[in-house]
Formats: sequence, structure tokens, C-alpha cells
Amino acid sequence: MALKENSPAERLYNGILKENPTFVLMLGMCPTLAVTTSAINGVGMGLSTCAVLMMSNLIISLLRKFIPERVRMPAYIVVVASFVTLVEMLMQAYVRPIYTALGLYIPLIVVNCIILGRAESYASKNPPLASFFDGLGMGLGFTLALTVIGAVRELLGAGEIFGFRVMPESFEPVSIMVMAPGAFFVLAVLTALQNRFHAPSATNHGDKFCSGNCAGCMDKSCHISERSGE
Amino acid sequence: MSSKFNVSISPHIRSRETTTTIMLDVIIALLPSVIVGVCVFGARAFAITMLSVTSCVASEYIYEKILKKPITVTDLSAVVTGLILAVNLYSTAPWWIPVLGGAFAIIVVKMLFGGIGQNVMNPALTARCFLLLSFSRIMTDFPSLDGVSKATPLALAKEGVYTPVSDLLLGTHSGTIGETSAVAIIIGAVYLCARKIIKPREPLSVIISTGIFVTVFNLIQGREVTLDYLMVHMLGGGLLLGAVFMASDYATTPVTPWGQVVYGCCVGFITALIRCVGGGTEGVSYAIIISNILTPLIEKATAPRPFGVVKEKKKREEEADAK
Repeated sequence: MALKENSPAERLYNGILKENPTFVLMLGMCPTLAVTTSAINGVGMGLSTCAVLMMSNLIISLLRKFIPERVRMPAYIVVVASFVTLVEMLMQAYVRPIYTALGLYIPLIVVNCIILGRAESYASKNPPLASFFDGLGMGLGFTLALTVIGAVRELLGAGEIFGFRVMPESFEPVSIMVMAPGAFFVLAVLTALQNRFHAPSATNHGDKFCSGNCAGCMDKSCHISERSGE
Repeated sequence: MSSKFNVSISPHIRSRETTTTIMLDVIIALLPSVIVGVCVFGARAFAITMLSVTSCVASEYIYEKILKKPITVTDLSAVVTGLILAVNLYSTAPWWIPVLGGAFAIIVVKMLFGGIGQNVMNPALTARCFLLLSFSRIMTDFPSLDGVSKATPLALAKEGVYTPVSDLLLGTHSGTIGETSAVAIIIGAVYLCARKIIKPREPLSVIISTGIFVTVFNLIQGREVTLDYLMVHMLGGGLLLGAVFMASDYATTPVTPWGQVVYGCCVGFITALIRCVGGGTEGVSYAIIISNILTPLIEKATAPRPFGVVKEKKKREEEADAK
């Protein structure tokens, strides 16, 4: 696929598939594992993170020339925290059930490593429009991943998807799937499937998917960045 | 040239013991408990045992077939896993419980970690905990004896009713298929010790430490401890079964002699904690799998000193003296 680098479409494709924050970058594992007890919780968490991510990327990109290098982290946190507070108040007012279900994890979006990661590795170096679409793509990728994990867990753990009964009456819910271990089982199995079908994944580096300049390359564990650094 | 003069590298003397013979001994040791279970709970218990064993063996075979790995079902370890899972289930369980449990034990707990000897936790017990957390209603459905659904001795003891020791020994009370008869388990334990498959210190440290910690926790909470009460704790639940067949598993327990004792005390401590301080009636299976995770740490701490090696600290002191 030949997409122009940093164009909106390329950013969306990059965030949703190529560098999906959950399945490929493996960032933001705490909300991923904790809130995906049902599909609707996954959607709620994903969309609220997406909103914060878009806005914070936009603002940080606009301010990128004014934020001094040495205090950039506190500056990012202030921007992110303002949007998280906004989102939290809006959710409390308009989507009360999801607000109660997600609880503490909404304020914790402030320290979500996807948001800080994108601010550091993308928004602080790129123009506002591209950063905005980067945030949108990453946010939608996160939403997609959380919804998939949440749907699988809800299907097995309660026999429902989005609250609708899909399993036959005789199906006995496997309640462990909506408990903490279920999150690890589902994430592990989905990642195993990604590897099996040679899709991009955190453990499946290959020149086909990774050009050696993704956010994961900031991490020393990426062997492709090691190779290109030689 | 005569074969007597063959030159070969060591080892020159080999034990006849193989994985298969060890597993066969464990199966023989488990048989008394299974037989008593079938006699007490009827044909349903037998069906559950068969389903569980079949599910374990079939899961291992199919997994290895699909992944094109060497087929290892003939080492009988899957049969042992199936039997241990079955003796941990109530005979009232529906047919799919042992099937699902067996598949989980073999595929998730054993094969995904690399097969026999590589698993971190005891497969059968982890499967039991998986089932217990997932289907708590089904998994705590006590079987009825003489047509009356009756609580297990441990559940009764929480209400102050103590089951007589004779019942506990023979196994004519409610419980899982294999845990009820203390005599049958002790026969199995004696056989395993006599065949040198397990060391007596492993089950003994579990049982004795559980007794001590149960007493301590009850005294701290200001409850009196009678001999009847202790007997129910020792013989009434899954403690004997866990101590003999699961806390002595080779892959998941320490190999060092003192490590095995420390491990046993860990199991005893956690069991007593769950039973006496926590809300649960039974805690042996959780205690064993939690201790399984501690095994590498225990082994590290209790590694024996090789002959002739001086400890770091002593060495430094000696060097200081020499100066």
C-alpha cells in the first residue's frame, strides 16, 4: 500500500493496523487488561482514550516549538490531564453507566503510556494535522483492540455480546473469563493468532511490517532498531 | 571384537526407572482412592474418572499431532494428570467438566509451557482451580450419600459439627471422588514411599505444618482447638490427597531436600490461612499452586553447598585473616 507519509489516511492505517497500540506496540496494558470485562466497557474506554489522544496530540503539536526540552514531560501531563478531566466530567454527565463501570480507570488515562508515547514520539516532532490524525488512528486502534478483547471475554464469560444473549440457554458461562485471568488468556491467544497468521505483532518483527522507525524502536528490545543502528 | 570391550563415554550404569515406570507407580498408588471413590459414590464417579483420563490423553495426542511434535502420550503422564484431576472433582459434576478440565490442564498448563517437566504449576490442580473459579456453583455441589445431599466434613466443622474419625478413615462421607478415604490414600502413600517415588518428608511436612498452623491461627483468634477438630482438618478435606500426590510432583516442587520441607511448610501455612482466617472451607489446591510459583525461589535459597566450595562470606573472612 503506497500511502503518502504523514498523510491523514496513512496515519489512520498506521494507528489501526500497522502499529496498533495494543496488539503491536503492546502499550496501555493496564486499562486493556482491567476494563475489558465486556464489549461495551471496551468501547467506552477506547473512545474516551481516543478523544483525549486526538486533542492532546493536536495541542502538543501546536505547542511543540514553545515547550522547552527539559520540562516537556510535565507540560505534556498538564495538557493530557486537562483533557482527561473534561472527558471524565462529560462521561459522568451523559454516559453514567459506563462512567461507573470504568471507575478509576478514567482518571488513570492521564498516565496511559499510549498518550505519552504518541506525544513524545510523534506529536512533538510533527505538524498539527498529522498529529491529530495520528491520535485518531491510535485511538481507533485502541478502541478496536479493547472491543475485540471485551467481546471475546463477554461471549465466554457471560454468553452475551453488547448485552445481547448469543449463546444458547444451556451454555454455562465460564466466569473466569470476566475475571483478571481471562484478560491474560484472551490477549495471549489473540497475539498467538496474530503470529500464526503472520500479522504485525509485538513479537513478530519482520522487514515486511517494520521499517525500523516505529514507536517500538525507542525501546531497546526491538531487534530491528539494533540492526539498523549497526 | 567382543562387545565386552566396547569403549563408550559415561554413564555406564543406568537405572531401569523411566518416566513411564514412575507414572505407572503413581497410577497404582492412586487406584485405592479411585476404587473407594467409585464404591462410595457409584458408577458416576467411574464415568467422571474415565472421561477425565480420556480427555487428558486425547488433548496431549491431538496437540502434539497438530504441532507435529513427537507423541509422548505413552509416558502415561497424561493419565496421571487425568486421574489426579478426577479425584479432585465431585461425582455430581456434569460430563463436560472433566473434559474441559482435562483439556485445560494439558494444553494450557502443560503443553504451552513446553510439555512434561516444563510446567510451572501442577496441571491437574490448576485445572481444578480454573473450574472452581469458572463454575463455582457446579464445583461446590456436594454429592449426596444415601440420597441426602450432605456438606463435606470441613464445611460441617465450620458449623461446629465434627465427623467421627472412623468415617474419615473409611471415606463414608461427602467429598470429592478421591479425597474421602484416608486409609486408601495412606496405602498409596506407603506404596510410593516404599518404591522410593516420593520422599516421606514431602507429604509429612505439609500435613504437620498444616496441623501446627491451624492450631496457631485458631488460638490467635481465641477459639479452642480440640483433637476432633484437628482430625477433621487433617483427614476430612483434600489435605492428605494433596500432600501425597500433588505436593510431591517432580516438575513443580523443589528438588533440594530442605527446599521440599520449606515448600511443605508453605503449603501448610497457606492452607491453614485459607481455611481458618479466610472465608473458604478448602484451601489445599490454591495453597499448592501458589507454592508451585514459589518453587524456584525456594530452590535458590536452599541450594546445597557443593563439596569443597567455601561460602563467599567465609572466604572473604579468611582472606582478611591471611592479610
